[in-house]
Amino acid sequence: MSEAPLLEVVDLVKTYRLPRTSPFTPHGRRPALAGVSFSIVAGHSSGIVGESGSGKSTLARIALALDKPDSGAVRLEGRSLFDLPHHELRALRAHMQMIFQDPYGSLDPRQRVERIVAEPLAALGAAGRAERSARVAASLEAVGLRASDASKYPHEFSGGQRQRIAIARALITRPKLVVADEPVSALDVSVQAQALNLMSDLQQQAGVTFLLISHDLAVVAHICETTAVMYRGRIVEIGPTEELFGAPAHPYTRELVDATPRFDRPTRVAPAAEGRNGLETTGCPYAARCAFAQSRCLKEAPDLEDLAGRARRAACWFPLT
Amino acid sequence: MLLEVSNLAVDLMGTAGAQRIVSGGTFALDEGESLGVVGESGSGKTMTALALMGLTPENARVSGSIRFEGRELTGLREEAMLALRGDRIAMIFQEPMTALNPLHRVGAQVAEPLVLHRGMTREAAFDRAVQLLDHVRLADPERAARAYPFALSGGERQRAMIAMAIGCSPRLVIADEPTTALDVTVQARILALIDGLRAESGMALMLVSHDLAVVAGHCDRVIVMYAGLIMESGPVEVVLREPKNPYTRALLEARPQPGASRGRRLRTIPGSPPIHHEIGAGCPFAGRCDLTIDICRTTPPPEVRFSADRLSRCHRAREMGSLNMRTGA
Repeated sequence: MSEAPLLEVVDLVKTYRLPRTSPFTPHGRRPALAGVSFSIVAGHSSGIVGESGSGKSTLARIALALDKPDSGAVRLEGRSLFDLPHHELRALRAHMQMIFQDPYGSLDPRQRVERIVAEPLAALGAAGRAERSARVAASLEAVGLRASDASKYPHEFSGGQRQRIAIARALITRPKLVVADEPVSALDVSVQAQALNLMSDLQQQAGVTFLLISHDLAVVAHICETTAVMYRGRIVEIGPTEELFGAPAHPYTRELVDATPRFDRPTRVAPAAEGRNGLETTGCPYAARCAFAQSRCLKEAPDLEDLAGRARRAACWFPLT
Repeated sequence: MLLEVSNLAVDLMGTAGAQRIVSGGTFALDEGESLGVVGESGSGKTMTALALMGLTPENARVSGSIRFEGRELTGLREEAMLALRGDRIAMIFQEPMTALNPLHRVGAQVAEPLVLHRGMTREAAFDRAVQLLDHVRLADPERAARAYPFALSGGERQRAMIAMAIGCSPRLVIADEPTTALDVTVQARILALIDGLRAESGMALMLVSHDLAVVAGHCDRVIVMYAGLIMESGPVEVVLREPKNPYTRALLEARPQPGASRGRRLRTIPGSPPIHHEIGAGCPFAGRCDLTIDICRTTPPPEVRFSADRLSRCHRAREMGSLNMRTGA
């Protein structure tokens, strides 16, 4: 059992139906995930980066069985989530939790912190009242809040503290995997640092493994050992974070790295024009935007392949490194 | 000087009395210059921008002096402000989906200032709008002009907003978090577009952002605001290299740096920004600041001037050089 990866995602495909443009036309379809596979080993947090519409949030929802894929499998410690009977899936949910982006929208303003943080326990039908209070207190203390904060309401806290409450809620079932979808992007810089330090601590002390979804490369690089870059429902590059951002192999990764504002050099803008929304059926999905595209890129779609001599895979005919 | 602001203050009138949310705002902006205004939420940066546009909320009272092209804007009648707004001063808002009217075609909205300020007919203005949309490099400007805002992507909408702002060749464009809602790749392109427009027309830019790194790449000078006060101002590269205010330094160190090692402790700022009624007699950053001494809590921080355009509002500003312990970045 210990040999199985903590999370394994196999060939996920998910297509959303678009609204009709007129009553007489068929529904359009938009592939959100077009065959995504990767795995996370316990203790090795992974990041997913990509622009809006790349499918990263869809992936997060499916990884937690909050949504079903059209095809493909998700396995948590070797157990396939979509093949489990309902009650077993429910029990398994204790091992996987989610942190949402918005610390204002994800906490019910009418509930006391105690009830908010204990909610996953209630949903699992576990624990008596005394144990529940003890675990809420422990969970709050783990994120640097006071046990006495349990009797307060969310509005009595600042944005950063609210995100801590959301993290405390995710931690109360002592999960092995926490999926965090843009956990710090709504926070101010000074408060964001607290949340990121807390996530680092939880990795080291509580043994939590994160699947972190973010558009901010610096945030991902701060937490994750491995990073996958998504573009239009596909992973276009995956590998050790530092290496990936240091020497991108896929032109899209390079575009992301270059576009990230930093203090030590001006941002660079990729020479290609902003992509159209057409979904090409043949060829590399990034070819229309790619500054390095050649004729082969327009005809054949590259698969995610190992880069020679590196612990990295990229879906590109002409990788940059 | 194109714009000279001195002792700008904005008070919000509420049931609990007046709250001062911007105070002592003094800065200037020359033709063709770009000024970054950086701060966290509640720092007063947006309210400062709105005050320049005469767009503060009903219950706000603006005092001090705003001189634009030699003319005093505070206390100006609304009709006079209307004539300036969208013509000599234009604004680009954060979320183009809410700033654009969902019920009007994009082209008609871009044409609006031209009709209003240039007396163009709607048809002529619409044609000009198509040219403007082309100028901001929107793919297929004809289609975009006829589309409604919802049919455009976030980046395309922001380009349309920029087209609307530059239609009358304003001398000052105020951009309030123009790229915060956008992907980084789109952000880089929009900022490059704004840079290009500034270079070709010589307009001045005031870029309001929470992100010091964005300002670093696109502005000549920067103002760092906290709790309604300008904590530090000066040329961007000097302020970033050698901050003379502990708040600026804390902001620089709190952000994870691309290329820094994983899990490295980030500098945190204890507590959270003060709510306006909580600000006491001293420095608003006192207590959260690691250099806090007794005087910080009791006396407002003095403006310490290092050169003609370099200023820090801090009791310990002069010690900052020797206290700099910044690593990385």
